[in-house]
Amino acid sequence: MSTSEAVVALERVAVTFGERPVLREVSFRLEAEQFCALIGTNGSGKTTLLRAILGFIRVQSGRIDRAGGAIGYVPQKIILDPGLPLRARDVVALGLDGARFGTRLPSKERAARVQAMLRAVGAENFAEQRVGALSGGQQQRVLLAHALVRRPKLLLLDEPLANLDVGSTAEIVALLRRLSHEFGAAVLLSAHDMNPLLPAVDRVVYLANGCAVSGKADAVVRTEVLSRLYGYHVDVLRVHGRVVVVAAEARDESRTALERDPVHTIPVP
Amino acid sequence: MGEMSAVGLMGGFWSNQPVRVALAVGGCAALVCAVVGLSTVMRRQAFAGHALSDVSGAGGSAAYLLSINPLFGFLGIAAAAAGLMEWAQVREARERDLLTGVVLGAGLGLAALLLYLDMTVRSVSGAAITVLFGSMFTIPTSIVPVALAVAVAALGASALIFRPLLVTTLSVDLARAQGVSVRTTGLIQALALALAVSLSAMTVGAILSTALLIGPAAAALQVARRPASALALAVLIGLAATWGGVALAYQSYYWTPGHGWPVSFFIVMLIICAYLAASAVASRRAGAPAAVPLSGCQDH
Ligand SMILES: Nc1ncnc2c1ncn2[C@@H]1O[C@H](COP(=O)(O)OP(=O)(O)O)[C@@H](O)[C@H]1O
Ligand SMILES: [Mg+2]
Repeated sequence: MSTSEAVVALERVAVTFGERPVLREVSFRLEAEQFCALIGTNGSGKTTLLRAILGFIRVQSGRIDRAGGAIGYVPQKIILDPGLPLRARDVVALGLDGARFGTRLPSKERAARVQAMLRAVGAENFAEQRVGALSGGQQQRVLLAHALVRRPKLLLLDEPLANLDVGSTAEIVALLRRLSHEFGAAVLLSAHDMNPLLPAVDRVVYLANGCAVSGKADAVVRTEVLSRLYGYHVDVLRVHGRVVVVAAEARDESRTALERDPVHTIPVP
Repeated sequence: MGEMSAVGLMGGFWSNQPVRVALAVGGCAALVCAVVGLSTVMRRQAFAGHALSDVSGAGGSAAYLLSINPLFGFLGIAAAAAGLMEWAQVREARERDLLTGVVLGAGLGLAALLLYLDMTVRSVSGAAITVLFGSMFTIPTSIVPVALAVAVAALGASALIFRPLLVTTLSVDLARAQGVSVRTTGLIQALALALAVSLSAMTVGAILSTALLIGPAAAALQVARRPASALALAVLIGLAATWGGVALAYQSYYWTPGHGWPVSFFIVMLIICAYLAASAVASRRAGAPAAVPLSGCQDH
């Protein structure tokens, strides 16, 4: 693999909050137009990792190399003030030129780009509404459009599937996959449940224990690989077409990490 | 408060010099306050705006003591306080409110001392009323060019940061990811706020200046759905209230012969009427009768 193709490459990245190491040694690389899931239980450091890539958090050691070009980001928790006089359309337009100082005259070309982006994410129907008054799912589409409209080379999505019902989860995954190809963006998308993503992603970065393994889903989500990552034995089971990761033995510290996330856990007898 | 009696009411409304100065300085203040107030309200910094105006009163009081242009007095202190608050850049809303409260207390204490000195050392008897509640018909003509310059600077700064500030208001994380320089944007906004507050303190006084800063913007935000219409509506309300207030105060001379009513009173009343009207429109639109939340800053 040559470094030139990497949109982002992490090498032995460590992040500590106070005394507590959250990321101990994370290395992986993401190449152009790859659609990659960042999997980990709640509290495993997914948000921290994405914010480190964005440069919001300083890393203690290791390095993060990012190719040039715009970056798109949809944060995990975002509360849009319903009092803001911003329509969905305005928010997408700000994604295009919000960082520019000064004023500009309205342009047909920019308006057309915004309109096309609203159509691409299926937000045309609520484009004229105040963004703060939209539902969570609608806001997510608008924020996705805000992130994509400047055609980023890298798109970071923090738990875009949380708080969606099963039907819309499949729909959003399909939409994200299609858009990432259409816009030629590498996508790193975090989730605590890998199941809706496994059929769609090119790669998986599995985060546990402050470390990460990455590769094709089949190569990563395996008993031996994940046991080594967790540092104790876990079983990767396929039940009713779903993948579950189960801690085989009761280890206090480790079990709590797994049990925080119901999707990964089956009660240990 | 017989502010007009000192000046005399010669000639008609338009040919009256104090009226013209009031219209010019008040117009500058209303325009700038509408624009800057909008971002202040959107960023939920109304309390900080209120504190800055009150604190600027210390500057106004100092100006009397030093015999300098009062606008420079208001501006100096407001800029210093805004710079301090932005520099401290407290993230937590609660801590920000505490810091604002501390700055507010310190500023008012200083104003109390300076106003006392104005009265005892300088024997400027009307200083307290003028600084705290404004006295538009006694604004010296020499202030007009300075007010215009301050207005141009504030509007220029607001135009410069218009979009970065909108994104930052929407979400600091989105703004940073997009490459917005959040710090620079915040500092320029703080400067624009100081300019707006000093103009407004010059017009309706340090205490009431919040009304001009927050009122038109808050009214506009209730009904506007897009940034441009919010801006236009806030400017319209601010200018109408200010110029309407000047006209009413002029008229009031005929209601109670011998002394007119304070302009500030009329301006603030008109702003509150606009706010109530906007609330009514907003709640009718929403289809449900909504409570009318009145900012605690305007207890008139
Ligand atoms: N700013 C912070 N200061 C201190 N601890 C933090 C901070 N941000 C996150 N953490 C801690 O780091 C760990 C990982 O958090 P996070 O990255 O949000 O996990 P995830 O997104 O995978 O749920 C958590 O235990 C969290 O409490
Ligand atoms: Mg998270």
